[in-house]
Amino acid sequence: MYAPQILIEAALNGLMTGAVYALIALGLTLVYGVLHIINFAHGALLTVAMFAVWGAFALVHVDPYVAMIAIVPLMFGLGYGLQRFVIGPASHGNDNNVLLVTLGLSIVLENGLLALFTSDTRALDSDAALQVIELGPLLLSTPRVIGFVAALAVTGLLWLLLNRTDTGRAIRAVAREKLGARLVGIEVDHVYAVTFGLGCACLAVAACLLMPTYYVNPRSGAAFVLVAFTIVVLGGMGSIAGALVGGLIIGVVESFSGLLLGDSLGQIGIFLIFILVLLVRPAGLFGARA
Amino acid sequence: MNARDLLPLILVLSVLAALPFLGLSGSVLNFLVTTLIIALAGLGWNVLGGFGGQYSFGHAAFFGTGAYATAILQMKLGWNAWGALGAGIGLGALVGLAIGYLSFRAGLRGSYFALVTLAFAEVFRILANAADFTGGAAGLLLPLRPGLATLQFADRKLFYLLVLAFVGVALLISRWLERSRFGAHLIAVRENEEAARALGVDALAVKLRAIALSAAITGAAGGLYVQSFLYLDAGVAYGTWISVEALLAPIVGGIGTAFGPLVGALALQGLGEITKHLAGGVPGVDLVVFGACLIAVIAFAPRGLLGLRRRPRKARAVPVGA
Amino acid sequence: MTSILAPSRRAVLRTGLAATSLVAMPAILRAQGAAVKLGIIQPVTGALANDGDLGKLGAELAVQDINAAGGLKALGGAKLEIVFADSRSNPETAAQETERLNGEGVAAIVGGFGSGLCATASQAASRYDLPYLIDVGVADQLTKRGLKNTFRFSPSFGMVTKNALERLVALNDAAGKPARTVVIVHEDGLFGSGLAKLLQTELPKLGFEILETIAHPSPARDMANVVLRIRSLQPDLVIPSNYYGEFVLLARTMLQQRVRPKGIYAILGGGASSLRFVKEFPQAAEGVMDCNHWPDPKNPLTAELRKRTEAAGRAFAYNVPMNYSAVRLMAEAIEKAGAPDRQKIIEALSTQSFGSGVMPYGQSKFDTGQNTSAMPLNTQVQGGDVKVIAPEAFAEAKANFPLKA
Repeated sequence: MYAPQILIEAALNGLMTGAVYALIALGLTLVYGVLHIINFAHGALLTVAMFAVWGAFALVHVDPYVAMIAIVPLMFGLGYGLQRFVIGPASHGNDNNVLLVTLGLSIVLENGLLALFTSDTRALDSDAALQVIELGPLLLSTPRVIGFVAALAVTGLLWLLLNRTDTGRAIRAVAREKLGARLVGIEVDHVYAVTFGLGCACLAVAACLLMPTYYVNPRSGAAFVLVAFTIVVLGGMGSIAGALVGGLIIGVVESFSGLLLGDSLGQIGIFLIFILVLLVRPAGLFGARA
Repeated sequence: MNARDLLPLILVLSVLAALPFLGLSGSVLNFLVTTLIIALAGLGWNVLGGFGGQYSFGHAAFFGTGAYATAILQMKLGWNAWGALGAGIGLGALVGLAIGYLSFRAGLRGSYFALVTLAFAEVFRILANAADFTGGAAGLLLPLRPGLATLQFADRKLFYLLVLAFVGVALLISRWLERSRFGAHLIAVRENEEAARALGVDALAVKLRAIALSAAITGAAGGLYVQSFLYLDAGVAYGTWISVEALLAPIVGGIGTAFGPLVGALALQGLGEITKHLAGGVPGVDLVVFGACLIAVIAFAPRGLLGLRRRPRKARAVPVGA
Repeated sequence: MTSILAPSRRAVLRTGLAATSLVAMPAILRAQGAAVKLGIIQPVTGALANDGDLGKLGAELAVQDINAAGGLKALGGAKLEIVFADSRSNPETAAQETERLNGEGVAAIVGGFGSGLCATASQAASRYDLPYLIDVGVADQLTKRGLKNTFRFSPSFGMVTKNALERLVALNDAAGKPARTVVIVHEDGLFGSGLAKLLQTELPKLGFEILETIAHPSPARDMANVVLRIRSLQPDLVIPSNYYGEFVLLARTMLQQRVRPKGIYAILGGGASSLRFVKEFPQAAEGVMDCNHWPDPKNPLTAELRKRTEAAGRAFAYNVPMNYSAVRLMAEAIEKAGAPDRQKIIEALSTQSFGSGVMPYGQSKFDTGQNTSAMPLNTQVQGGDVKVIAPEAFAEAKANFPLKA
């Protein structure tokens, strides 16, 4: 068996990774909760954001954390535009069609990036990835600690936005009762697009937090999609708090099952939880209703 | 079913059966074989997704089971290829029943059902990639032995006709669903499960039968795939690509219609072939065009390609607020 | 991108010109001008796109050079013309594209990359007795299916591991046996898993103790746990076998977590002999060893190829010299066959021996499809560059082993 120190480190690693997963899941759950669609383009949009971070660093020499200031609004705009002018009109409000449109979109984005940037795998060649915070015998990766704190902060901000602002109230109204919201004068299409934009903004933050330690190629976002789905289900589709808690749980589960079963078979732990939750409590931990 | 129901079916099948004798190149023939295999997987998906309204994102679980069983029974147990393919279809149906039993009993529908099937397929993929009897990550290479007993034909035309025969059976089943009592029950469950139950339809039994049938057809597609390419690994068998192909074909062609999956598969695979010539040497450009075309098709033919030529027979459930 | 595009566009122009000038020429001269079509198949989209891209570049450079030097001399100076096919990293498309290449009348096919892609493509080609030369596709079974048309230029899996183990023992013995305990970190796909299985049976026989075998998926999101386990086990030697992205994550995380084993000895490692990795993360790359496909450093063409690859805006990796050499070998086979006749080319490939371009294979000779002269080289990252350290005949530098803690 492993020494306690290793177990503690594995748990901390899991929490830090889980927080960033949560951020990615946040975008997905928000879009699901409001638009009731499963966004297949989520992974590709994450890749777009990651390329933006890489581009800012490699071409303009901007630190990923600073680049956030520009990339978050840009990704919000991209998401807003995509929902308002592509996904919405092309899908005619039919869920099957949303599925196909987002699938088509992911093909376009992924291969567009391939055509533009080639298939090379790129990473930020900065020393930031190697910095650690020494906590007694523990070595915590500085960028991942920053990622953990930032992910929690962004989740909190999103919660405030949804619960304390007019925009947030409109989003929640549309999520609950689309027809009613329209009747009281809420512009549903606009709210949809704002929601999708917020989902993309979450991805932008996630990309800025990931890139100091990760790499990007035209397919790297796909690695995070299934795990994000799992978190969304575990937390309850549409639940912000659920995504955060779900993300942290999945991070720790992945970390321990990786430690015990190896990273490869360890992935099964995630999917088994996923299936069990769906079968036993499909509403998830925080979902109000199935 | 009467003669009028069967006429279009016979007509389409005859045209398709005549195709290879028009002096098509090997390339076109191979394209048609692949397309028909995908159409078959889509026809399977359509039974559950189209007629039954239960959207699966994990038909790879059935495709892969059919494929692995067909390959492994031949390679490790020395079965005859026909027997192995039959067993693959049966095992595919069993996996369908098991997944269906677990998820329908738990009352999963809509996105929840979609996601649970996706997760099952992923579990299968990870296990197949790690297990020994599946050849692990190295995959399986079926030995090349042309012959009737091994279901490998030196002449590609014969294999094409074999796949077409399977597609014919699947089309017949779809037609039967449109006309039979079971089909009516299935559609009733799709439109309103509570109402159907109130009328005395055993919704669980209907859905279970549908998923078993659906999985069997898709399992057959898997078995034929491995017979055609003689190669299989976990990513091919249980990868998301086939789950996506299996649902794309019917939705693009016309969901819940007998011919939808066939039309959809032909259109999508054809589009894929045509766009290949547009790359102009820059990798990725062709697929960008493909994705854009996919979006355009949905934008202009929201009911699928077959929906373009006629009004839907019955009003669909209108989404709230649409 | 333009520099990659340019040769093929020029090739098109050239054949176009040749075709128009043919009309005016007397019939006798016509035969010598006719270009020989060569199919090149690589995955330039999808999961394996990066390898496919580099492989394609290598093939294009070879055709450029062959044509610039006067084409296929035995065929009256006929030029080679590439017909390119993208297998999209999936086995069905590989087969479908092979059918297309056959339809376009290619004399032979070179390429593949990835065992699954090679398996279906070479099988489709076998239907037309179309000679197929696999660049890299390590699964041993590829040449054991009884396909008469299929040849593999690079070493098979069994050959690579055999070499890798022999050289590891020699390295360890020469340094006074500092390494005894081993942790294997491999990707769970074909080459990583197959390798791990072989190592698990072979390493103990050679006196090594395997502390743990860790599999991870590709793409992996995180290597923190893998490194955590390595740290707790404190092995003398880490043997990784993974793709580029994962290897970079592993090496960086190890550096960050201050895990410094006596050696990192990769086998078919994706990053260990990549100049991109060396350039971007010199600190993490320093000292890493790899037993992998690699060109002969003493051949002056190798350095030239590296320059041309970098001029095309790409980082040099083994795919370029491998495909460059494979295409040259195929050209030689066509010349030895005396005509772009498929049967005669297969005959030539099965019976004769060929130059190996810039690969360290001496004279390549095929036995039931496998190039028996093929072998990997051992490299080590030293002073920000990849240096060959074994075998002796190709070594540019002495191995730095064990590494200072």
